[in-house]
Parts: sequence; structure tokens; C-alpha cells
Amino acid sequence: MDLSLKIVIVDESPVRSAILEEGLREAGFTDVIRIAETQNLLARIYKIDPDVILIDLENPSRDVLEQMFQVSRIVKRPIAMFVDQSDTASIQASVDAGVASYIVDGLKKERIKYILDTCISRFNAFAKLQDELDRTKNALEERKVIDRAKGILMSAKKLTEDEAYALLRTTAMKENKKIAEIAQSVITTAEMLR
Amino acid sequence: MSTGKRIRVGFIPLADATALIVAVDKGFTAEEGIDVELVREVSWSNVRDKLNIGLFDAAHLLAPVAIASSLGLGHVKVPIITAFGLGLNGNAITVSPALHAAMKDAADGDLTDPMVSARALARVVMDRRARGEEPLTFGMTFPYSTHNYQLRFWMAAGGVDPDQDVRLIVLPPPYMVESLANKHVDAFCVGAPWNSVAVDLGIGHILHFVSEILQRAAEKVLAVRARWAEDHPDVFRRLVRAHGRAAEFVEDVNNREEVAAILSAPDRIAVAPEVIRRTLDGRLKVSPDGTYRESDRYLLVGRNGAARPDPVQAAWLYAQMVRWGQALLSAEGLAEAKTTFRPDLYDEILGPQPDLPPSAPADRVGAFTGPAFDPDNIAAHLDGWKIRRR
Repeated sequence: MDLSLKIVIVDESPVRSAILEEGLREAGFTDVIRIAETQNLLARIYKIDPDVILIDLENPSRDVLEQMFQVSRIVKRPIAMFVDQSDTASIQASVDAGVASYIVDGLKKERIKYILDTCISRFNAFAKLQDELDRTKNALEERKVIDRAKGILMSAKKLTEDEAYALLRTTAMKENKKIAEIAQSVITTAEMLR
Repeated sequence: MSTGKRIRVGFIPLADATALIVAVDKGFTAEEGIDVELVREVSWSNVRDKLNIGLFDAAHLLAPVAIASSLGLGHVKVPIITAFGLGLNGNAITVSPALHAAMKDAADGDLTDPMVSARALARVVMDRRARGEEPLTFGMTFPYSTHNYQLRFWMAAGGVDPDQDVRLIVLPPPYMVESLANKHVDAFCVGAPWNSVAVDLGIGHILHFVSEILQRAAEKVLAVRARWAEDHPDVFRRLVRAHGRAAEFVEDVNNREEVAAILSAPDRIAVAPEVIRRTLDGRLKVSPDGTYRESDRYLLVGRNGAARPDPVQAAWLYAQMVRWGQALLSAEGLAEAKTTFRPDLYDEILGPQPDLPPSAPADRVGAFTGPAFDPDNIAAHLDGWKIRRR
């Protein structure tokens, strides 16, 4: 493993790029630079003169990097990892994880395999975290909606809390919908009748 | 009558995705029995890669990227074909108020004439150099883009070398306006709606519709992997047929309001319907002072044979790749570029079409200057241009 490689991470998500940087540093790579701001991106990259560039796929500036292949003036010519015709599995894994990588021409792929694997696993870990966070947030939102609907039913139909919840649940089952959806329509109806 | 499997189609939020978006959102694809999911993307690199590796079945793609992919330029070689063009023209060149004023001072005629404007640009470039100022910076959307070639063709005609005399940089379309506002670029060439957005904000003048530089230039295409079309002939036909109906619907002026409303949705192009309407009508506000300019070929979606892929167009794009050093000229390269565009499939699926209307240019391209384009002798054609990388 070549720990002296200079690695640039272009990512507008500071959390994700920090997670990736940490992963690379843990492995012993010391020359890791993060870029969050994409203004003048190409000029910055030329100045840093990296061996490996990693960029998230949600970043519109990926197209800016494509220009690197065109400019003949610069010394190091990076190439996209996607250029390698043979390795469709790693291209797929990379796109699934949401990251693209560019390496300097002439650099053997084996020398950076560890970097790419780390990148893919850290991006996936981040996506999982994000997903869990979103789900927790949604669950909290749904809880709030159901609580409000229960309150409305309790006062309108003189029900206990358990009865109100049971009513929401059986209605949801009958209509083949989620309890939160039924709860939302209870709230909407109540607001319209107010 | 459904074909079952859902197909995924990538697009970039631009007005020339109109036929695709209308085909899906107006229900033409559903009527054809195909279930299409539109996936909005942020970069052409993503669209290209996801199409190439099969995450997308089809895509709204820059015509030159489809050709570059078939040729294996700059990335994996994946043969792409198109049986349906999503539009001709549709881009514009917008300049900052400062550059506009400087060009006006330097012009020896009407700036709406591209030869006058190109020569004016050459004088501005020389003056700046004489004063020791930084070269002008032009933004465009992708190395393999019509925008890149249209800008280069235009300025080179006036004596400006696009690689030596100015800086040409890639900028994602949504960043164009901001970059012009903060003087990161002096001008850009981009598709709708971004030129209009710059004019409305008072920070740009539309100098040219690209249709003033070339009368007909294939802009975006409905791209699929050649292999996918072979493996899914039925789905492919249905997809193209839905596009045929959509293009017809879009070109009926009575439907324009509905089309603009469909396109303006937040998960589609997400700009005001009125701005999209200007593009479809070819009537654009070109200056912050409220001047309008009109063209009956600003963006052609289906009319005048615009949707039928024209191999001469493919050859012209390939010639630009050669002229600017992106590709080496070869008979095989030219053949591969031309067979990316499949008018035969268009005719087979949508019925035989009449050739271009008499108003169309004889060489099917119609550049504002220089000899007629000859797809059978690209070397001689390119040798006629003084500024070139070949």
C-alpha cells in the first residue's frame, strides 16, 4: 500500500467527507485534503496536484472534473476509474455507493484498491446512517400525527386513548393504509370542519 | 397490455427534455403500456455512466456524449444509439453587461450578426491583451457538448482561438448564472432556461441564439445502449412511439400552456412556466432593458424533421471533435459516429417521414460562415478552417 499518495475528497457534505477522511487516515494515509466549496474547482485541484480524486455523485461539479481529460497543459493527467473496461463490478459498487474516483494516469489500480474500497464502504456506511436518521425522523413525525388524531377522536367521540388508537388501527387495516395516513386524514377532516 | 418491467430514464432539468417529460407525465408512455420512472440527475457524467452500466435503460443525453460513448472517447466504450432526437438548437450565448458594452464599442455593425459579433470579440480580446488584462472566461456545459462546439465555431470564425485567446471552462448549468453574477465567467453558452434567468436578473445579455450560428444542430437525444435496444425491441419501440406522440403534442401551439405547466413542476425543470413558454415559443427577452428577439428555429422539438436522427448531424459533431483535438480522424470513427444516429429505426417505428422541408439548409447544418459541410470529406472541410487543433 502506497501511503504517500495525495488524495483529494470533493464533497459538499462535510460529515461524509470527514467520515471518509478518518477512514483513510486510520489506514495511514496522511496526505488527505477535503474540498467542500466548488467555486474554481479545477484551479484548486491543479494547485494541489493530487494522485487520486474522489467526488460524490450528487455533486454537479463532476462535469467540471471531466475537463481534466481535455487539458493537455497540465503535467499529471487524471483518468476516471470508469475507464477500466474490465472491472464492471467495482464500477457498479462505486456508483451504488454514490462516489466517483479519478486517478492519475499510470498509477496501477492495485495501488489504490484499498482507497477505493474504503471510500465505497464509508460512503455506504454514511448512506445507512442517513437512512436511519431519516427513518427515525419520520417515525417521530408519524407519532406526533397519530397522537393528534387520537386527541381529536377522544374528544369528538368520547373515546379512551386505547379506543381511539384501536379505531385508527382497524380503519387503516380495512382501507389497507398506514395508521399515520388515516391519522392525517382525521386531522385534515377535523380542520375542515372547524 | 403492459410490458411489465419498470424502465428508468435519466434526465437533466433542461427545456430540451420536453418531449421525454411530456411523454411520461402526459401519460403517452403509460398508454403505450410501459412503466417509466424519470430520474432527475445533476451531471452529464452521471447520466452517461448510469446509462453505460445499465442503471438507466434510456437517457436524455447530449448528442456528442452519445457519439463519444460509441467511440469510447474519454471513458468506457459503450455503443449507444438514438432513434429519436429530443431537439435541435435551443442554446444561447449570454454575455455579461460589461462584455456586451465592450463588444458594442468594438463592433463595426449589428451585433446580432454572428460574424460582426465574432470580430468584435476578437478586438476585445486583443485590447485586453494589450492592456495586460486576464483573458476572458467562457462557461460551457461539457467537453463533449454542442455548447462547446458552437462557442468554438463562432469565436474561431472571428479569429479568436478558443484554446489560446480565451479560457473555456466547464460549468454545470445551475451554476452558470451565479458564476456570471460574481464575475467568475464573462459569458456562457447553455440551454434554456438559464439564459433567460440571467437576463431576468439583469446580469446578462443574450448575444446569440445558437440557431444564428448553425441553423440545425442536434442538441439532445433519447439515448439507449445498442445492446438494450436489441434485447428489448418491443419496449424500445413503445418508448420511441410515446416520444413521437409527445413531440407532436408539444409542437401544437394550443398545448403550450399545459406543456409549460408540466415542465415547471418541482421534480422536473422547476422554473416558472412563463420562462419555459418563452423557450418553446422562441421569443426571448434578450436584454435587461426588455428587448425581445424571436426565432422560428430557437428550439425545434418535433417540427421540421427535428426528431428524426440525422447522420449528417452526427458527422458534423464528429468533425468538431476532430477539429478541436478530441478525436483522431478515421473512417471507422466517422462510421461509428454516424451509426449512433438511426433514422432507419425512427422510420420503422414512427412511419416513413418526408425529408427536410425546402427551407432547411442544403448541407443540413447551415453554418453562418464557411464552406458547406461535407460529411464525406471531413479532412478537406476541416483544412478550410485556419484555427484548429488538427
